[in-house]
Amino acid sequence: MLTALRCVIRRDLLLAMRRRSDVATALLFFVIVVSLFPLGVGPEPNLLREIAPGVIWVAALLASMLSLSRLFAADFADGTLEQMILSATPLGAIVAAKVVAHWLVSGLPLVLIAPVLALQFDLAQPLLPVLTVSLLLGTPVLSLIGAIGAALTLGVRGSGVLLSLLVLPLYVPVLIMGAGAVEAAAVGLDNAGHLLLLAAFLVGAAAFAPWAISAALRISME
Amino acid sequence: MSQPSLVVGNVNWFKYASPQSFYPLAGAMIPWFAWAAAALCAAGLYVGFFVAPTDHQQGESYRIIFIHVPAAWMSMFLYLVMAFWAGVGLVFNTRLSHMMASALAPTGALFTFLALWTGSLWGKPTWGTWWVWDARLTSELILLFLYFGFMALKAAIDDPRRADRAGAVLALVGVVNIPIIYYSVEWWNTLHQGASVSLTRAPTMAATMLTGMLLMALAAWMYSIAASLHRVRSVILERERGADWLRAL
Amino acid sequence: MLEAIDLECVRGERTLFSGLNFALRGGELMRVAGANGSGKTSLLRIVCGLLFPEQGSVRWRGENVRTLREEYGKELVYVGHSNAVKDDLTAAENVTVSCTLSGMEPDRDRVHEALHGIGLAGCEGLPARALSQGQRRRVALARLLLCGHAPLWVLDEPFAALDAQAIERVQALISAHVARGAAVVYTSHQEARLPATHTINLAGAASDR
Repeated sequence: MLTALRCVIRRDLLLAMRRRSDVATALLFFVIVVSLFPLGVGPEPNLLREIAPGVIWVAALLASMLSLSRLFAADFADGTLEQMILSATPLGAIVAAKVVAHWLVSGLPLVLIAPVLALQFDLAQPLLPVLTVSLLLGTPVLSLIGAIGAALTLGVRGSGVLLSLLVLPLYVPVLIMGAGAVEAAAVGLDNAGHLLLLAAFLVGAAAFAPWAISAALRISME
Repeated sequence: MSQPSLVVGNVNWFKYASPQSFYPLAGAMIPWFAWAAAALCAAGLYVGFFVAPTDHQQGESYRIIFIHVPAAWMSMFLYLVMAFWAGVGLVFNTRLSHMMASALAPTGALFTFLALWTGSLWGKPTWGTWWVWDARLTSELILLFLYFGFMALKAAIDDPRRADRAGAVLALVGVVNIPIIYYSVEWWNTLHQGASVSLTRAPTMAATMLTGMLLMALAAWMYSIAASLHRVRSVILERERGADWLRAL
Repeated sequence: MLEAIDLECVRGERTLFSGLNFALRGGELMRVAGANGSGKTSLLRIVCGLLFPEQGSVRWRGENVRTLREEYGKELVYVGHSNAVKDDLTAAENVTVSCTLSGMEPDRDRVHEALHGIGLAGCEGLPARALSQGQRRRVALARLLLCGHAPLWVLDEPFAALDAQAIERVQALISAHVARGAAVVYTSHQEARLPATHTINLAGAASDR
C-alpha cells in the first residue's frame, strides 16, 4: 500500500513540476491580493500592522481555494479517477496522498512566502514565526476540507463558484484560530490555545476528510 | 433495491418510506399542522404583544424576541433534521429521506434569514447599528451560507440521484462543522468585544414572556412540518412524473 | 465467479436495461454487444462497481462488489472508455502508475518489455502528448501484459482506435488469458472475432420509461 501512496504523491508532484505555471499562478494571486489591501485601506502603518494577520490569512484562504478545482478535475476527465476507485489500495488512502501532494504544491509555498508579505505590513519580527506556524498547521486543513468540496462539485456546471460557496463557510474556524493566534501574540496574550486548536482541527480533518472525500468521489463518478 | 422492513407494533414503517404511500399520507396531515401553526401563532403573538409586560430596560423593542428566538432555534434544529434525513438516505438508500432533506432546506434557510433580519431590527434601537458582529448573529450568517451551499449543490447537479447523495455528504460534513464553527465564533467574539448583551439573555424573563416564546416556538414547529410536507409532495410530483401510480391519481 | 442478478440501469429518464442476469465462470469470455447508447459502458461500469444499479446486484465469488471495494480491485483489471493516460507523463511512467494502482510493483525492465510487446518500442520516453490516439490506447492496454494474474478483466471497447495488427495482438492476449482460466468481459460494436462463451445483446432491451 505504501508503494502505491508514494507512487501517487510522486506522480502528482511530477505533474505539477511539468506544469509549473499553474503553481506559480496561485502563488502570484496570493501576493497580489495581499498587496491590494494597503492600496484599499491606506498606508497608515499602525492600521496595516493591525490587519496584517487577517489579510494574509484571508488571502491564503482564497489562494488555496483557487487551486482546489484542479485537484481531481484532470484525473476525472481522463479516466484516471476510475482507476483510482478500482485500485487495490483503499480509496481513502489514495485520496489522502493526493491531498498531501496538493498541499506540498499549493499550501507549502504560501506558508513560505507569507513572512515576506508580513514584512510589507511591518508585522513585528517575533510574530513572524507565529504566523508561519499557524499557516503550517492551518493550510493542510484548508486542503483537506477543500478536497471534499472539489470532489462534490466534480463535473458540475459552474463548479468553480459553487466550490467557493460550499467550502468558504467551512473555512471559518481555521481562519478565526489562525489569524487569532497571531493577533493574540501581537497584544501579548497567550496563543497556545489557538495553535493547539489548529492542531486539533488538523488531526480531526485528517481523520474525517478522507472518508468524506472518497464517498463524494464515488458519488461523482456515477 | 430490496426494501428492508422494520416492523414495530404491527406496522411496517418502511411502507411509508415509499413516495407512493407517503404522498396521500402527507396530504392528509398538512391541514392539521397548518391550522395548529396558525392557532399557536395567533395565541403566541397575542401573549407576546398584549399580555407580556414592557421591559424596563429595552422598552417595547424587546418584543421582537418572540419571533427572533423561535426562528433562531428552528434554523439550527432544521439543519440537524435535514442532516439526519440525508444520513438516513445515504445509509438505507431510501429516496423519500433525500426528498425530505431537500424539502426541509428552504424552510431552514427562511428561518435563518428571519432570525438575521429580526436580530438586525432589534440591534438598531438597542445597540444603535443594524449589524453587530455578535457571536450568534455571525454564526447564523454562516448557517445561512451552509443552507445556500446545500441548495446550490443540489440545484447544480442534473442527475437527481447524484444530487441527493452529494447533498447528503455535504449536509453531514456541515453538521459536523456547525458546533466547531459556533464555538470558534463565540471565542473570537469574546476575544474581540468582551461580554456583549446577548439577544437571548433578556433580563429577568417574566413567566408570560416565556409562555409567549414557547407558543411561538411551537407555532414555528408546526409551520415547518406543514411547509416541508407540502414541499415534499411537490418534490415527489416532480421526481415521479411519469410513474404509473401518479397517472392513476 | 462473476454473477449479475436482476440488473436494472436507468440513465436520466431512460431505462437502458432491466432484468439482466448472467453468470460467468473462470475460463469464460463474455461479449456485450449493442448499438451506441444501448448501455454497454453503463453495464461494464456496474460490473466494476463504479455505477450503482437502479436494481439488482453484481456478485464476485458470492459477495456484492460494492462492499468488496479494494478487495475486488486486487482481482480486477478495468480498461475503460477513457485511456487514463496523462499527457504530461511519458508512456513508461503512465504504465508504471496504472500498474502500481492495480497493486503491482513493476520494475523498469518489465514496463519496457510490456510496451515493446504492445508495439510501442521506442516510445517509452515520449510524453503521451506526442502519441497518436491508437498509440495512447496501446499505452492503456499495456497493463494487460503486466497484470496477467488478475482473474477478471473488464475491457470497454478495447479495439477502438487500434490498427489491424494491434487488434490481433490484443485478441491473442484475451484468448491466452481466458485459456489460463480467467474471466473476461468486453464490449465491442464490431463483429465478434473472438469465440465468446456468452453474448449479451443490449440493442433490443432499451426502451423508454
